[in-house]
Amino acid sequence: MSGAAVAGHAGAGPAGVAPVRGAGHLQLAPCFRLALHAEWTKLRTLSSTTWTLAATAVLTIAVGTAASAAYRCAPGFCSLAATGADPAKITLTGLYIGQVLVAVLGVLVVGGEYGSGMIRVTLSAMPRRLHVLAAKAAVFTGVVLVAALAGVLGSMAAGRLLLPGRGLSAANGYAVLSLGSRTDLRAFGGSVLYLALIGLLALGITAAVRDSGAAIGIVLGLLFLFPIVTSVMPDHVLARHLEQASPMIAGMYIEATAGLQSLPLTPWQGLGVLALWALAALLLGGLALRLRDA
Amino acid sequence: MITVAPYESAVRPARSPGFRSLVLAEWTKLRTVRGWVAGLLLAVLLPVGITLLQHGTCGYIWPGGSSIGCPGDPIGPDGGAVVDTFYFVHQALPADGSITARVTSLTGHYSPTGDVHVSDSGVLSGLTSGVQPWSKAGIMIKASTTRGSAYAAMLVTGSNGVRMQWNYTGDTAGLPGSVSASSPRWLRLTRSGSVVTGFESMNGSTWTKVGSISVRGLPPSGTVQVGLFATSPSYEVITQSLGSGGGGGGPSLATGTFDNVAVSGSSGGSWTGTSLQPPPPPGPPVKQGADQAFNKFFGGTHVQAGTSSFTVSGSGDIAPDVLDAPDGNGVSPQSSLTGMFGALLVVIIVAALFIAAEYRKGMVRVTFTASPSRWTVLAAKSVVIGLVTFAVSLVAVGITLPVGLHNSRTDGYWIPPIPALTEVRMIAGTALLLALMAVLALTIGTMLRRSVLAIAGVVVVIFVPYLLAHVTGILPTSAQDWLLRGAPTAAFSIQQAYPAYHQVLAPYSAADGFYPLSPWAGIGVLVAWTLVALLAAGWLLRRRDA
Repeated sequence: MSGAAVAGHAGAGPAGVAPVRGAGHLQLAPCFRLALHAEWTKLRTLSSTTWTLAATAVLTIAVGTAASAAYRCAPGFCSLAATGADPAKITLTGLYIGQVLVAVLGVLVVGGEYGSGMIRVTLSAMPRRLHVLAAKAAVFTGVVLVAALAGVLGSMAAGRLLLPGRGLSAANGYAVLSLGSRTDLRAFGGSVLYLALIGLLALGITAAVRDSGAAIGIVLGLLFLFPIVTSVMPDHVLARHLEQASPMIAGMYIEATAGLQSLPLTPWQGLGVLALWALAALLLGGLALRLRDA
Repeated sequence: MITVAPYESAVRPARSPGFRSLVLAEWTKLRTVRGWVAGLLLAVLLPVGITLLQHGTCGYIWPGGSSIGCPGDPIGPDGGAVVDTFYFVHQALPADGSITARVTSLTGHYSPTGDVHVSDSGVLSGLTSGVQPWSKAGIMIKASTTRGSAYAAMLVTGSNGVRMQWNYTGDTAGLPGSVSASSPRWLRLTRSGSVVTGFESMNGSTWTKVGSISVRGLPPSGTVQVGLFATSPSYEVITQSLGSGGGGGGPSLATGTFDNVAVSGSSGGSWTGTSLQPPPPPGPPVKQGADQAFNKFFGGTHVQAGTSSFTVSGSGDIAPDVLDAPDGNGVSPQSSLTGMFGALLVVIIVAALFIAAEYRKGMVRVTFTASPSRWTVLAAKSVVIGLVTFAVSLVAVGITLPVGLHNSRTDGYWIPPIPALTEVRMIAGTALLLALMAVLALTIGTMLRRSVLAIAGVVVVIFVPYLLAHVTGILPTSAQDWLLRGAPTAAFSIQQAYPAYHQVLAPYSAADGFYPLSPWAGIGVLVAWTLVALLAAGWLLRRRDA
């Protein structure tokens, strides 16, 4: 702001005084590409980012591997009809933990700036607040997709190695996990998107409430309270509606490769529900950022 | 001359504040942050709101009508709900006396797939021969033929040998092994007032006492019923499959063959056969031939040959009511406590922020300047957050549980009665559980210093195992069992409403409110975790600069 004013004065200055060159480009509001660059620099220079992303991938794989290794079916009851097991879903158990880490990063990306007061510097440098939020969301989505892809592919590799030895073999009627199969591609590719959307949900909510502690509480409450509440709900119609509306339950329909008929939504519709939650959170966050003082 | 008094400050030398003033200081910090107070208020409102959402309807619908209200089971002499469904061949025993019988076989019928087909002409198909582990046939002295009345019995079982059982929960083992014509069992019961003694014998001449029981509810004088009975519990094929636990199940029938039946002390009346059954569901009576044939078959029957030989068959069980057993019935009051998870989440956030916020604002340096003993500060904070959480949770659970129970009852669900002490344990124990988890969150907040990481960490440690063990069923039983024994989640056993019984086969899963550890042992596991976390946090607090 002040830069623009100084440059304006310089341009209209008395004759003989050369306009200050080089300051001229400050007259333009920094374009979106610069915002992206700034956010990328902030994100990559925080060591907590690297740690959280690495932990996301590692813990997703570790929990998925443990769940695959621990799978048992009683001898003679391992056929697809007897177990009803979904190898992709078992392999992706690590998503329960991975999503928490992604949510933590989503909260820190915005909440960290509010906690340290950095947000005022950011908004001074880049007064177009929606550009800031969009740039943050874009850079964040990019890095989360990379970590999620690593975690999901690692889990899949573990499941491919372990599950046939645990009774879920081709001989018993289970397809070997492979990205060549359309349903597996949907389950594993969709799970990568699932993690990114959870992160965006967290980012949007933090922008709306500004306090990191409250934000992570709201996100985890949205994720975990729905399934606990619906599990004991006596009214099955209401429980089904709540499951359809729950970001985690509906979103995780994308993991399903078996028993799709019994799901209240198709896998992509389920992921769509989560996408709507994330979009709503981002809109709310954008609105709050735009309307409130930082 | 002017004498100048040496300067002396009016301020007293500073002393380290005592523990009580530290607790007071921490309490002041807690109650003056508006967000935290709002959070603690939410910890009361959220569970109540969730509980109000938990609505359903239990009842019957038939063509042309419906009724709200699911029937309950009879209440036994000890006050607990019981299953009392069997076939009884009996006569009156006006005073003291005894009954003796020899059992020469116990056979049974069941359907391995759970599907019993009945043709319209009343022929049942799909049944296979075989007994259930707890199929029962034997002799019984019972206060009356009313379901739920007091009794004592000597019986042979499918695969648990001879037993003496009384008043539904009592069970003592006698001779092992199964019964056959070549290896029969002699059984005898003698009544002396309300004391019943059971004997067993391989040959009818050498008798061994199995047990002598003062049966509560059996009239000390006056008429009781004495006779032979048979029953066989419904069964469930439990496959190890996870998540979508499939499997068949259905009723089974047991048939016992008796001879040498002798009753002493009776008035010499004739034998009457009674099928003790739950009342029929509301609505028009069953008219279809197939349903009638099914009910008749599993209702049981008896055939008398001569004066002392009988064949008795029956279906059902004489046992405590276990919710998730095939013959069980009812809804656990624990499901009304689910809303407390909302309170738990809020409490974890407030507790983690209670210390993490001090680090973020730099307040922690003021705190440690005022009271340099860091252990004491941690102790004061733990005491404050623990007591406040306990009080808030007690209010929350004290409202939630009665509201939830009232809701369930008006929706027609039947909740088997629980002793008052159990209810007190569930309410106070849940508050204690939340208080301990709040202290755990505080210590993790102290170790990590950052609210987001601390809150996420505690939620992962507490909610994710619960979800995996109770809700999704993804984890295999062994891993679930480990989580419910060793992880902080083991403490949810404090909410167990009904005990498990070895003589009733059921999944006894955490999802149905049964835990591998006893209520207080589960809390003990959480206490151990909290203590370890407190020590670790205190050590780190001393070791690191603030």
